[in-house]
Amino acid sequence: MAGLQYVLKRLLMMIPTFLLVMIIIFLLVRLLPGDPAIAIAGDKASDADLAAIRDRLGLNEPLLTQFWLFLTNTLQGDLGQSIMMRTSVLEVILQRLPTTLFLAIFAVSLSLLIAGPLAFVAALNRGRWPDTLIRSVFQVGLSMPVFYIGLLLLTFLAAQLRLFPVGGRGEGFFGQLHYLFLPSMTVALYTSAIIMRNLRAALIEVLDAEYVQFARAKGLPVRLILGRHVLRNAMISTVTLLGLSIGNLMSGTLVTETVFAVPGLGRLMLEAIFARDYPLIQGLTLTFAVLVSVVFLLTDLFQSMLDPRMRLT
Amino acid sequence: MTEATTTDVPEQQKTRLQMALHKPGFLVGATIIVFSTLLAIMPGVFAPYDPNVIDYVAVRQPPSWAHPFGTDMLGRDTLSRVIHAYTVNMQMAILATVFALIIGVTVGALVGYYRGVADMIFGRVVDAIITFPFLVLVIAVVAVLGPGLINMYIAITMVGWVYYARLMRAEVIAQMGNDYASAGIVMGYSDCRIIFRHLLPNAITPVVVYWMTDMALAILLGSSLGYLGLGAQPPQAEWGVLIAEGRSFITTSWWLSLMPGIAIVITGLGFSLLGDGLADLLRPRG
Repeated sequence: MAGLQYVLKRLLMMIPTFLLVMIIIFLLVRLLPGDPAIAIAGDKASDADLAAIRDRLGLNEPLLTQFWLFLTNTLQGDLGQSIMMRTSVLEVILQRLPTTLFLAIFAVSLSLLIAGPLAFVAALNRGRWPDTLIRSVFQVGLSMPVFYIGLLLLTFLAAQLRLFPVGGRGEGFFGQLHYLFLPSMTVALYTSAIIMRNLRAALIEVLDAEYVQFARAKGLPVRLILGRHVLRNAMISTVTLLGLSIGNLMSGTLVTETVFAVPGLGRLMLEAIFARDYPLIQGLTLTFAVLVSVVFLLTDLFQSMLDPRMRLT
Repeated sequence: MTEATTTDVPEQQKTRLQMALHKPGFLVGATIIVFSTLLAIMPGVFAPYDPNVIDYVAVRQPPSWAHPFGTDMLGRDTLSRVIHAYTVNMQMAILATVFALIIGVTVGALVGYYRGVADMIFGRVVDAIITFPFLVLVIAVVAVLGPGLINMYIAITMVGWVYYARLMRAEVIAQMGNDYASAGIVMGYSDCRIIFRHLLPNAITPVVVYWMTDMALAILLGSSLGYLGLGAQPPQAEWGVLIAEGRSFITTSWWLSLMPGIAIVITGLGFSLLGDGLADLLRPRG
Protein backbone atom coordinates (compact mmCIF):
# COMPACT_ATOMS: atom_id res chain seq x y z
CA MET A 1 0.00 0.00 0.00
CA ALA A 2 2.31 2.70 -1.25
CA GLY A 3 -0.58 5.18 -1.28
CA LEU A 4 -1.41 4.79 2.40
CA GLN A 5 2.25 4.97 3.33
CA TYR A 6 2.56 8.22 1.41
CA VAL A 7 -0.44 9.72 3.21
CA LEU A 8 0.96 8.77 6.60
CA LYS A 9 4.41 10.15 5.78
CA ARG A 10 2.86 13.36 4.54
CA LEU A 11 0.80 13.72 7.74
CA LEU A 12 3.85 13.09 9.93
CA MET A 13 5.74 15.79 8.06
CA MET A 14 3.08 18.28 9.14
CA ILE A 15 3.90 17.90 12.83
CA PRO A 16 7.21 19.84 12.99
CA THR A 17 5.76 22.49 10.67
CA PHE A 18 2.73 22.86 12.91
CA LEU A 19 4.95 23.17 15.99
CA LEU A 20 6.94 25.95 14.35
CA VAL A 21 3.74 27.70 13.27
CA MET A 22 2.62 27.61 16.89
CA ILE A 23 6.00 28.98 18.04
CA ILE A 24 5.74 31.86 15.56
CA ILE A 25 2.21 32.74 16.71
CA PHE A 26 3.28 32.39 20.36
CA LEU A 27 6.29 34.67 19.88
CA LEU A 28 4.20 37.20 17.94
CA VAL A 29 2.44 38.57 21.01
CA ARG A 30 5.68 38.35 23.01
CA LEU A 31 7.21 40.82 20.52
CA LEU A 32 5.00 43.42 22.14
CA PRO A 33 6.90 45.96 24.14
CA GLY A 34 5.91 45.92 27.81
CA ASP A 35 3.48 43.67 29.63
CA PRO A 36 1.45 41.41 27.29
CA ALA A 37 -1.34 41.28 29.89
CA ILE A 38 -1.86 45.05 29.64
CA ALA A 39 -1.63 44.85 25.87
CA ILE A 40 -4.24 42.09 25.81
CA ALA A 41 -6.68 43.54 28.30
CA GLY A 42 -6.15 47.24 27.59
CA ASP A 43 -5.01 50.11 29.82
CA LYS A 44 -8.31 50.30 31.65
CA ALA A 45 -8.34 46.71 32.89
CA SER A 46 -8.53 46.18 36.63
CA ASP A 47 -5.69 44.53 38.56
CA ALA A 48 -7.85 41.46 39.07
CA ASP A 49 -8.42 41.15 35.31
CA LEU A 50 -4.71 41.51 34.64
CA ALA A 51 -3.92 38.87 37.25
CA ALA A 52 -6.47 36.53 35.66
CA ILE A 53 -4.91 37.00 32.23
CA ARG A 54 -1.39 36.51 33.58
CA ASP A 55 -2.62 33.37 35.22
CA ARG A 56 -4.34 32.03 32.09
CA LEU A 57 -1.32 32.76 29.88
CA GLY A 58 0.98 31.62 32.66
CA LEU A 59 3.01 34.83 32.33
CA ASN A 60 4.65 34.23 35.69
CA GLU A 61 5.93 30.85 34.52
CA PRO A 62 9.12 30.22 32.50
CA LEU A 63 8.79 30.72 28.72
CA LEU A 64 8.77 26.99 27.94
CA THR A 65 5.93 26.33 30.37
CA GLN A 66 4.05 29.24 28.83
CA PHE A 67 4.45 27.74 25.38
CA TRP A 68 3.30 24.33 26.63
CA LEU A 69 0.18 25.95 28.11
CA PHE A 70 -0.50 27.80 24.87
CA LEU A 71 -0.03 24.64 22.81
CA THR A 72 -2.24 22.42 24.98
CA ASN A 73 -4.95 25.09 25.24
CA THR A 74 -4.98 25.52 21.47
CA LEU A 75 -5.11 21.79 20.80
CA GLN A 76 -8.15 21.60 23.08
CA GLY A 77 -9.82 24.32 21.01
CA ASP A 78 -9.33 27.00 23.66
CA LEU A 79 -8.06 30.06 21.78
CA GLY A 80 -8.89 32.45 24.61
CA GLN A 81 -11.45 35.23 24.90
CA SER A 82 -11.89 37.96 22.32
CA ILE A 83 -11.66 41.36 23.96
CA MET A 84 -13.87 43.26 21.56
CA MET A 85 -16.51 40.53 21.08
CA ARG A 86 -16.51 39.36 24.70
CA THR A 87 -16.97 35.73 23.64
CA SER A 88 -14.60 32.87 22.91
CA VAL A 89 -12.28 33.42 19.96
CA LEU A 90 -13.15 30.02 18.49
CA GLU A 91 -16.86 30.88 18.48
CA VAL A 92 -16.31 34.19 16.67
CA ILE A 93 -14.05 32.54 14.07
CA LEU A 94 -16.42 29.62 13.41
CA GLN A 95 -19.24 32.11 12.92
CA ARG A 96 -17.32 34.03 10.22
CA LEU A 97 -15.55 31.09 8.59
CA PRO A 98 -18.36 29.95 6.20
CA THR A 99 -18.52 33.35 4.49
CA THR A 100 -14.79 33.38 3.79
CA LEU A 101 -14.85 29.77 2.57
CA PHE A 102 -17.79 30.56 0.27
CA LEU A 103 -15.91 33.58 -1.07
CA ALA A 104 -12.70 31.59 -1.61
CA ILE A 105 -14.38 28.66 -3.40
CA PHE A 106 -16.44 31.05 -5.53
CA ALA A 107 -13.26 32.94 -6.45
CA VAL A 108 -11.39 29.76 -7.41
CA SER A 109 -14.29 28.61 -9.60
CA LEU A 110 -14.47 31.99 -11.33
CA SER A 111 -10.73 32.15 -11.92
CA LEU A 112 -10.73 28.68 -13.50
CA LEU A 113 -13.65 29.71 -15.71
CA ILE A 114 -11.73 32.80 -16.81
CA ALA A 115 -8.23 31.38 -17.07
CA GLY A 116 -8.99 27.96 -18.57
CA PRO A 117 -10.52 28.90 -21.94
CA LEU A 118 -8.23 31.92 -22.36
CA ALA A 119 -5.12 29.83 -21.72
CA PHE A 120 -6.31 27.40 -24.41
CA VAL A 121 -6.90 30.20 -26.91
CA ALA A 122 -3.49 31.71 -26.12
CA ALA A 123 -1.61 28.40 -26.31
CA LEU A 124 -3.23 27.32 -29.58
CA ASN A 125 -2.51 30.74 -31.16
CA ARG A 126 0.99 31.04 -29.76
CA GLY A 127 2.76 34.19 -31.00
CA ARG A 128 -0.26 35.47 -32.91
CA TRP A 129 -2.45 38.40 -31.91
CA PRO A 130 -4.98 36.58 -29.66
CA ASP A 131 -2.03 35.32 -27.59
CA THR A 132 -0.40 38.73 -27.39
CA LEU A 133 -3.67 40.44 -26.49
CA ILE A 134 -4.59 37.96 -23.74
CA ARG A 135 -1.10 38.05 -22.25
CA SER A 136 -0.92 41.86 -22.26
CA VAL A 137 -4.31 42.22 -20.55
CA PHE A 138 -3.29 39.76 -17.84
CA GLN A 139 0.10 41.43 -17.43
CA VAL A 140 -1.73 44.66 -16.58
CA GLY A 141 -4.03 42.67 -14.28
CA LEU A 142 -1.04 41.34 -12.37
CA SER A 143 0.18 44.90 -11.79
CA MET A 144 -3.05 45.90 -10.04
CA PRO A 145 -3.39 45.57 -6.29
CA VAL A 146 -6.48 43.54 -5.33
CA PHE A 147 -8.06 46.45 -3.49
CA TYR A 148 -7.85 48.59 -6.60
CA ILE A 149 -9.49 45.95 -8.82
CA GLY A 150 -12.22 45.78 -6.17
CA LEU A 151 -12.72 49.53 -6.15
CA LEU A 152 -12.96 49.62 -9.96
CA LEU A 153 -15.65 46.92 -9.97
CA LEU A 154 -17.39 48.59 -7.04
CA THR A 155 -17.42 51.99 -8.71
CA PHE A 156 -18.58 50.94 -12.16
CA LEU A 157 -20.71 47.82 -11.67
CA ALA A 158 -22.17 48.49 -8.23
CA ALA A 159 -22.24 52.26 -7.65
CA GLN A 160 -22.75 53.56 -11.21
CA LEU A 161 -24.65 50.79 -13.04
CA ARG A 162 -26.26 49.38 -9.86
CA LEU A 163 -25.93 45.81 -11.15
CA PHE A 164 -24.67 44.48 -7.83
CA PRO A 165 -24.94 45.40 -4.14
CA VAL A 166 -22.10 47.61 -2.88
CA GLY A 167 -21.40 45.50 0.19
CA GLY A 168 -22.59 42.92 2.71
CA ARG A 169 -23.10 39.21 2.60
CA GLY A 170 -26.64 38.24 1.49
CA GLU A 171 -28.87 35.45 2.83
CA GLY A 172 -29.16 31.88 1.55
CA PHE A 173 -27.14 30.32 -1.24
CA PHE A 174 -28.38 32.53 -4.07
CA GLY A 175 -28.30 35.64 -1.92
CA GLN A 176 -24.63 34.95 -1.17
CA LEU A 177 -23.97 34.21 -4.82
CA HIS A 178 -25.39 37.64 -5.68
CA TYR A 179 -23.68 39.60 -2.88
CA LEU A 180 -20.36 37.83 -3.12
CA PHE A 181 -20.08 37.92 -6.91
CA LEU A 182 -18.09 41.16 -7.12
CA PRO A 183 -15.80 40.37 -4.17
CA SER A 184 -15.08 36.91 -5.65
CA MET A 185 -14.58 38.38 -9.11
CA THR A 186 -12.04 40.80 -7.62
CA VAL A 187 -9.92 37.98 -6.27
CA ALA A 188 -10.55 35.85 -9.37
CA LEU A 189 -9.26 38.53 -11.75
CA TYR A 190 -6.00 38.52 -9.85
CA THR A 191 -5.57 34.76 -9.39
CA SER A 192 -6.70 33.99 -12.94
CA ALA A 193 -3.76 36.04 -14.20
CA ILE A 194 -1.36 33.71 -12.37
CA ILE A 195 -3.21 30.58 -13.46
CA MET A 196 -3.49 31.70 -17.10
CA ARG A 197 0.24 32.32 -17.34
CA ASN A 198 1.17 28.89 -16.03
CA LEU A 199 -1.58 26.95 -17.72
CA ARG A 200 -0.57 28.49 -21.05
CA ALA A 201 3.04 27.46 -20.49
CA ALA A 202 1.97 23.95 -19.43
CA LEU A 203 -0.30 23.60 -22.45
CA ILE A 204 2.44 24.67 -24.83
CA GLU A 205 4.82 22.19 -23.25
CA VAL A 206 2.31 19.37 -23.64
CA LEU A 207 1.38 20.42 -27.19
CA ASP A 208 5.06 20.16 -28.13
CA ALA A 209 5.50 16.77 -26.43
CA GLU A 210 6.27 13.83 -28.68
CA TYR A 211 3.22 11.80 -27.76
CA VAL A 212 0.95 14.66 -28.82
CA GLN A 213 2.90 15.11 -32.06
CA PHE A 214 2.48 11.39 -32.59
CA ALA A 215 -1.27 11.53 -31.93
CA ARG A 216 -1.51 14.35 -34.45
CA ALA A 217 0.51 12.43 -36.99
CA LYS A 218 -1.81 9.45 -36.48
CA GLY A 219 -4.60 11.79 -37.55
CA LEU A 220 -6.56 11.83 -34.28
CA PRO A 221 -9.13 14.63 -34.18
CA VAL A 222 -7.83 17.75 -32.41
CA ARG A 223 -10.70 17.72 -29.91
CA LEU A 224 -9.80 14.23 -28.78
CA ILE A 225 -6.12 15.09 -28.46
CA LEU A 226 -6.91 18.17 -26.41
CA GLY A 227 -9.38 16.40 -24.14
CA ARG A 228 -7.61 13.10 -23.62
CA HIS A 229 -3.93 14.05 -23.64
CA VAL A 230 -3.34 17.75 -23.33
CA LEU A 231 -5.94 18.70 -20.74
CA ARG A 232 -5.21 15.82 -18.39
CA ASN A 233 -1.50 16.55 -18.30
CA ALA A 234 -1.87 20.29 -18.03
CA MET A 235 -4.30 19.77 -15.15
CA ILE A 236 -1.62 18.36 -12.86
CA SER A 237 0.41 21.55 -12.91
CA THR A 238 -2.72 23.69 -12.64
CA VAL A 239 -3.93 21.88 -9.52
CA THR A 240 -0.48 22.21 -7.98
CA LEU A 241 -0.40 25.88 -8.80
CA LEU A 242 -3.91 26.42 -7.41
CA GLY A 243 -2.87 24.71 -4.20
CA LEU A 244 0.30 26.75 -3.90
CA SER A 245 -1.62 30.00 -4.56
CA ILE A 246 -3.94 29.39 -1.60
CA GLY A 247 -1.88 31.88 0.41
CA ASN A 248 -2.34 34.50 -2.29
CA LEU A 249 -6.02 33.66 -2.43
CA MET A 250 -6.39 34.13 1.33
CA SER A 251 -4.47 37.42 1.21
CA GLY A 252 -6.82 38.44 -1.60
CA THR A 253 -9.97 37.58 0.33
CA LEU A 254 -8.68 39.55 3.29
CA VAL A 255 -8.40 42.67 1.14
CA THR A 256 -11.58 42.14 -0.86
CA GLU A 257 -13.62 41.60 2.30
CA THR A 258 -12.44 44.97 3.50
CA VAL A 259 -13.29 46.73 0.24
CA PHE A 260 -16.79 45.21 0.00
CA ALA A 261 -17.57 45.12 3.74
CA VAL A 262 -18.04 41.33 3.67
CA PRO A 263 -18.28 40.00 7.25
CA GLY A 264 -15.66 37.23 6.89
CA LEU A 265 -12.37 36.33 8.56
CA GLY A 266 -10.27 38.93 6.71
CA ARG A 267 -12.41 41.84 7.76
CA LEU A 268 -12.51 40.42 11.27
CA MET A 269 -8.69 40.37 11.26
CA LEU A 270 -8.53 44.08 10.49
CA GLU A 271 -11.19 44.89 13.08
CA ALA A 272 -9.17 42.88 15.60
CA ILE A 273 -6.01 44.77 14.69
CA PHE A 274 -7.54 48.18 15.16
CA ALA A 275 -9.14 47.05 18.44
CA ARG A 276 -5.76 45.60 19.54
CA ASP A 277 -7.60 42.34 20.24
CA TYR A 278 -4.50 40.13 20.46
CA PRO A 279 -6.16 36.80 21.34
CA LEU A 280 -8.38 37.21 18.28
CA ILE A 281 -5.40 38.18 16.08
CA GLN A 282 -3.55 35.06 17.25
CA GLY A 283 -6.59 32.87 16.67
CA LEU A 284 -7.16 34.26 13.18
CA THR A 285 -3.51 33.93 12.19
CA LEU A 286 -3.64 30.30 13.29
CA THR A 287 -6.89 29.71 11.38
CA PHE A 288 -5.39 31.06 8.17
CA ALA A 289 -2.30 28.87 8.63
CA VAL A 290 -4.47 25.80 9.25
CA LEU A 291 -6.55 26.54 6.13
CA VAL A 292 -3.41 26.85 4.03
CA SER A 293 -1.79 23.67 5.36
CA VAL A 294 -4.99 21.67 4.81
CA VAL A 295 -5.05 22.87 1.20
CA PHE A 296 -1.32 22.05 0.81
CA LEU A 297 -2.07 18.55 2.09
CA LEU A 298 -5.03 18.06 -0.25
CA THR A 299 -2.94 19.33 -3.18
CA ASP A 300 -0.18 16.84 -2.45
CA LEU A 301 -2.63 13.97 -2.10
CA PHE A 302 -4.51 14.92 -5.26
CA GLN A 303 -1.25 15.27 -7.13
CA SER A 304 -0.06 11.85 -6.01
CA MET A 305 -3.37 10.42 -7.23
CA LEU A 306 -3.01 12.02 -10.66
CA ASP A 307 0.67 11.34 -11.02
CA PRO A 308 2.01 8.29 -9.13
CA ARG A 309 5.62 9.39 -9.79
CA MET A 310 5.18 12.12 -7.14
CA ARG A 311 4.87 9.54 -4.37
CA LEU A 312 8.48 8.56 -4.78
CA THR A 313 9.93 11.91 -3.82
CA MET B 1 23.17 50.92 -14.55
CA THR B 2 22.74 50.35 -18.26
CA GLU B 3 25.79 52.47 -19.00
CA ALA B 4 28.03 50.48 -16.70
CA THR B 5 27.00 47.21 -18.31
CA THR B 6 27.50 48.39 -21.89
CA THR B 7 31.09 49.45 -21.38
CA ASP B 8 32.66 46.33 -19.97
CA VAL B 9 30.60 43.27 -20.86
CA PRO B 10 32.00 40.39 -22.86
CA GLU B 11 31.01 40.08 -26.50
CA GLN B 12 28.37 37.39 -25.99
CA GLN B 13 26.53 39.35 -23.33
CA LYS B 14 26.69 42.49 -25.36
CA THR B 15 24.66 40.88 -28.10
CA ARG B 16 22.24 39.70 -25.46
CA LEU B 17 21.88 43.25 -24.19
CA GLN B 18 21.27 44.44 -27.72
CA MET B 19 18.64 41.74 -28.09
CA ALA B 20 16.98 42.88 -24.87
CA LEU B 21 17.00 46.48 -26.06
CA HIS B 22 15.05 45.39 -29.12
CA LYS B 23 12.32 43.88 -26.99
CA PRO B 24 9.50 46.41 -26.60
CA GLY B 25 8.54 45.10 -23.14
CA PHE B 26 11.99 45.65 -21.70
CA LEU B 27 12.26 49.13 -23.22
CA VAL B 28 8.84 50.18 -21.96
CA GLY B 29 9.63 48.81 -18.49
CA ALA B 30 12.99 50.56 -18.31
CA THR B 31 11.48 53.86 -19.49
CA ILE B 32 8.72 53.69 -16.89
CA ILE B 33 11.17 52.98 -14.07
CA VAL B 34 13.61 55.73 -15.10
CA PHE B 35 10.77 58.24 -15.34
CA SER B 36 9.24 57.08 -12.02
CA THR B 37 12.62 57.48 -10.33
CA LEU B 38 12.89 61.04 -11.66
CA LEU B 39 9.40 61.78 -10.30
CA ALA B 40 10.39 60.29 -6.96
CA ILE B 41 13.61 62.33 -6.69
CA MET B 42 12.17 65.70 -7.70
CA PRO B 43 8.36 65.63 -7.58
CA GLY B 44 8.30 69.43 -7.20
CA VAL B 45 9.59 69.90 -10.75
CA PHE B 46 6.78 67.86 -12.30
CA ALA B 47 3.78 68.59 -10.04
CA PRO B 48 1.63 71.45 -11.37
CA TYR B 49 0.54 72.60 -7.89
CA ASP B 50 1.68 72.49 -4.27
CA PRO B 51 0.20 69.18 -3.03
CA ASN B 52 -0.77 70.62 0.35
CA VAL B 53 -2.42 73.89 -0.61
CA ILE B 54 -6.04 73.79 0.50
CA ASP B 55 -8.60 75.54 -1.72
CA TYR B 56 -12.14 75.51 -0.33
CA VAL B 57 -13.48 77.10 -3.52
CA ALA B 58 -12.36 74.13 -5.64
CA VAL B 59 -13.49 71.16 -3.54
CA ARG B 60 -13.97 67.75 -5.23
CA GLN B 61 -13.85 69.05 -8.78
CA PRO B 62 -13.96 66.41 -11.53
CA PRO B 63 -10.95 66.05 -13.86
CA SER B 64 -10.47 69.09 -16.10
CA TRP B 65 -7.63 70.76 -18.06
CA ALA B 66 -6.66 72.74 -14.96
CA HIS B 67 -6.79 69.64 -12.72
CA PRO B 68 -6.32 66.51 -14.89
CA PHE B 69 -6.94 64.18 -11.90
CA GLY B 70 -9.55 66.47 -10.25
CA THR B 71 -9.32 67.91 -6.73
CA ASP B 72 -9.94 66.26 -3.34
CA MET B 73 -12.27 67.06 -0.44
CA LEU B 74 -10.00 69.92 0.65
CA GLY B 75 -9.54 71.28 -2.88
CA ARG B 76 -5.97 69.95 -3.19
CA ASP B 77 -4.85 68.98 -6.69
CA THR B 78 -4.97 65.16 -6.93
CA LEU B 79 -2.37 64.92 -9.71
CA SER B 80 0.16 66.86 -7.63
CA ARG B 81 -0.55 64.64 -4.62
CA VAL B 82 -0.09 61.51 -6.76
CA ILE B 83 3.22 62.86 -8.10
CA HIS B 84 4.50 63.74 -4.64
CA ALA B 85 3.55 60.22 -3.48
CA TYR B 86 6.13 58.81 -5.93
CA THR B 87 8.81 59.64 -3.36
CA VAL B 88 7.42 57.32 -0.70
CA ASN B 89 6.06 54.63 -3.04
CA MET B 90 9.31 54.26 -4.98
CA GLN B 91 11.13 54.18 -1.66
CA MET B 92 8.96 51.16 -0.74
CA ALA B 93 10.28 49.23 -3.72
CA ILE B 94 13.78 49.54 -2.24
CA LEU B 95 13.32 49.59 1.53
CA ALA B 96 10.77 46.78 1.68
CA THR B 97 13.01 44.46 -0.30
CA VAL B 98 16.70 45.28 0.14
CA PHE B 99 17.10 44.03 3.73
CA ALA B 100 15.20 40.85 2.91
CA LEU B 101 17.57 40.43 -0.04
CA ILE B 102 20.72 40.86 2.08
CA ILE B 103 19.53 38.61 4.93
CA GLY B 104 18.10 36.03 2.54
CA VAL B 105 21.21 35.84 0.35
CA THR B 106 23.49 35.46 3.38
CA VAL B 107 21.40 32.82 5.14
CA GLY B 108 20.67 30.97 1.90
CA ALA B 109 24.35 30.87 0.91
CA LEU B 110 25.42 29.66 4.36
CA VAL B 111 22.86 26.86 4.75
CA GLY B 112 23.37 25.85 1.13
CA TYR B 113 27.12 25.57 1.65
CA TYR B 114 27.23 23.94 5.10
CA ARG B 115 23.96 21.91 4.94
CA GLY B 116 23.67 19.68 8.03
CA VAL B 117 21.49 20.53 11.01
CA ALA B 118 21.24 24.25 10.18
CA ASP B 119 19.87 23.35 6.77
CA MET B 120 17.28 21.02 8.28
CA ILE B 121 16.10 23.67 10.70
CA PHE B 122 16.03 26.18 7.85
CA GLY B 123 13.82 23.83 5.82
CA ARG B 124 11.30 23.59 8.65
CA VAL B 125 11.30 27.38 9.15
CA VAL B 126 10.59 27.89 5.45
CA ASP B 127 7.73 25.37 5.60
CA ALA B 128 6.26 27.13 8.62
CA ILE B 129 6.49 30.64 7.19
CA ILE B 130 5.00 29.74 3.82
CA THR B 131 2.11 28.14 5.69
CA PHE B 132 0.94 31.65 6.56
CA PRO B 133 -0.62 33.70 3.81
CA PHE B 134 2.02 36.42 3.19
CA LEU B 135 -0.32 39.33 3.85
CA VAL B 136 -1.77 37.74 7.01
CA LEU B 137 1.65 37.30 8.60
CA VAL B 138 2.80 40.77 7.57
CA ILE B 139 -0.27 42.50 9.00
CA ALA B 140 -0.10 40.38 12.15
CA VAL B 141 3.44 41.66 12.71
CA VAL B 142 2.39 45.23 11.88
CA ALA B 143 -0.49 44.81 14.32
CA VAL B 144 1.93 43.95 17.09
CA LEU B 145 4.53 46.62 16.25
CA GLY B 146 1.92 49.30 15.46
CA PRO B 147 0.91 50.79 12.08
CA GLY B 148 3.40 52.97 10.21
CA LEU B 149 5.93 52.89 7.38
CA ILE B 150 9.00 51.77 9.37
CA ASN B 151 7.12 48.94 11.08
CA MET B 152 5.72 47.93 7.72
CA TYR B 153 9.26 47.60 6.33
CA ILE B 154 10.30 45.56 9.37
CA ALA B 155 7.28 43.27 8.99
CA ILE B 156 7.79 42.70 5.26
CA THR B 157 11.51 42.01 5.82
CA MET B 158 10.79 39.53 8.64
CA VAL B 159 8.61 37.49 6.28
CA GLY B 160 10.18 38.24 2.90
CA TRP B 161 13.79 37.11 3.52
CA VAL B 162 12.64 33.48 3.44
CA TYR B 163 11.86 33.63 -0.27
CA TYR B 164 15.32 34.99 -1.12
CA ALA B 165 17.03 32.49 1.16
CA ARG B 166 15.18 29.55 -0.38
CA LEU B 167 16.16 30.64 -3.87
CA MET B 168 19.79 31.33 -2.91
CA ARG B 169 20.14 28.00 -1.11
CA ALA B 170 18.94 26.02 -4.12
CA GLU B 171 21.26 27.95 -6.42
CA VAL B 172 24.33 27.52 -4.17
CA ILE B 173 23.68 23.78 -3.92
CA ALA B 174 23.48 23.59 -7.71
CA GLN B 175 26.75 25.57 -8.07
CA MET B 176 28.51 23.31 -5.56
CA GLY B 177 28.32 20.53 -8.12
CA ASN B 178 30.62 22.46 -10.47
CA ASP B 179 34.33 21.83 -10.79
CA TYR B 180 35.36 25.33 -9.77
CA ALA B 181 33.76 24.82 -6.33
CA SER B 182 35.62 21.54 -5.74
CA ALA B 183 38.80 23.18 -7.05
CA GLY B 184 38.41 25.95 -4.47
CA ILE B 185 38.09 23.38 -1.70
CA VAL B 186 41.11 21.40 -2.95
CA MET B 187 43.17 24.60 -3.14
CA GLY B 188 42.46 25.05 0.56
CA TYR B 189 40.62 28.35 0.24
CA SER B 190 38.72 29.47 3.30
CA ASP B 191 34.96 28.76 3.39
CA CYS B 192 34.35 32.48 3.45
CA ARG B 193 36.35 33.00 0.26
CA ILE B 194 34.63 30.12 -1.55
CA ILE B 195 31.14 31.25 -0.53
CA PHE B 196 31.43 34.97 -1.14
CA ARG B 197 34.06 35.24 -3.86
CA HIS B 198 33.21 32.21 -5.95
CA LEU B 199 29.77 30.75 -5.28
CA LEU B 200 27.84 33.95 -4.63
CA PRO B 201 28.62 35.78 -7.89
CA ASN B 202 27.65 32.67 -9.85
CA ALA B 203 24.50 31.97 -7.87
CA ILE B 204 23.09 35.47 -7.58
CA THR B 205 21.40 35.84 -11.01
CA PRO B 206 18.01 34.23 -10.28
CA VAL B 207 17.90 36.16 -7.00
CA VAL B 208 18.38 39.47 -8.80
CA VAL B 209 15.64 38.58 -11.27
CA TYR B 210 13.33 37.71 -8.38
CA TRP B 211 14.27 41.00 -6.71
CA MET B 212 12.80 42.95 -9.64
CA THR B 213 9.51 41.05 -9.37
CA ASP B 214 9.58 41.55 -5.63
CA MET B 215 9.93 45.31 -6.04
CA ALA B 216 6.71 45.32 -8.07
CA LEU B 217 5.08 43.24 -5.34
CA ALA B 218 6.44 45.58 -2.65
CA ILE B 219 4.70 48.54 -4.27
CA LEU B 220 1.43 46.62 -4.50
CA LEU B 221 1.80 45.37 -0.92
CA GLY B 222 2.86 48.76 0.46
CA SER B 223 -0.07 50.55 -1.13
CA SER B 224 -2.44 47.80 0.04
CA LEU B 225 -1.24 48.28 3.62
CA GLY B 226 -1.59 52.04 3.18
CA TYR B 227 -5.14 51.50 1.98
CA LEU B 228 -5.91 49.25 4.96
CA GLY B 229 -4.56 51.91 7.32
CA LEU B 230 -1.52 49.88 8.41
CA GLY B 231 1.24 51.40 6.26
CA ALA B 232 1.91 55.08 5.57
CA GLN B 233 -0.37 57.25 7.67
CA PRO B 234 -2.42 60.24 6.48
CA PRO B 235 -1.81 63.12 5.83
CA GLN B 236 1.21 61.65 4.03
CA ALA B 237 0.58 61.46 0.31
CA GLU B 238 0.90 57.75 -0.52
CA TRP B 239 -1.06 55.99 -3.27
CA GLY B 240 -2.89 53.56 -0.99
CA VAL B 241 -3.66 56.31 1.52
CA LEU B 242 -4.94 58.60 -1.25
CA ILE B 243 -7.21 55.83 -2.53
CA ALA B 244 -8.51 55.15 0.99
CA GLU B 245 -9.21 58.88 1.49
CA GLY B 246 -11.36 58.91 -1.64
CA ARG B 247 -13.17 55.69 -0.69
CA SER B 248 -16.03 57.50 1.13
CA PHE B 249 -16.74 59.61 -1.96
CA ILE B 250 -16.68 56.73 -4.43
CA THR B 251 -20.30 57.18 -5.55
CA THR B 252 -20.01 60.91 -6.23
CA SER B 253 -16.30 61.65 -6.81
CA TRP B 254 -14.86 58.47 -8.31
CA TRP B 255 -11.66 60.18 -9.50
CA LEU B 256 -10.37 60.60 -5.94
CA SER B 257 -9.88 56.84 -5.61
CA LEU B 258 -9.39 55.75 -9.18
CA MET B 259 -6.76 58.23 -10.37
CA PRO B 260 -4.02 57.38 -7.83
CA GLY B 261 -4.42 53.72 -8.81
CA ILE B 262 -3.19 54.52 -12.31
CA ALA B 263 0.21 55.36 -10.83
CA ILE B 264 0.30 51.99 -9.02
CA VAL B 265 -0.61 50.06 -12.15
CA ILE B 266 1.94 51.86 -14.35
CA THR B 267 4.78 51.53 -11.84
CA GLY B 268 3.95 47.90 -11.07
CA LEU B 269 3.87 47.15 -14.78
CA GLY B 270 7.20 48.92 -15.23
CA PHE B 271 8.93 46.77 -12.62
CA SER B 272 7.49 43.50 -13.89
CA LEU B 273 8.33 44.26 -17.55
CA LEU B 274 11.84 45.23 -16.48
CA GLY B 275 12.06 42.02 -14.43
CA ASP B 276 10.96 39.86 -17.38
CA GLY B 277 13.47 41.65 -19.61
CA LEU B 278 16.28 41.19 -17.10
CA ALA B 279 15.39 37.51 -16.77
CA ASP B 280 15.84 37.13 -20.54
CA LEU B 281 19.05 39.12 -20.41
CA LEU B 282 20.70 37.27 -17.53
CA ARG B 283 19.37 33.74 -17.89
CA PRO B 284 22.02 31.42 -19.26
CA ARG B 285 21.04 30.04 -22.65
CA GLY B 286 21.44 26.49 -23.76
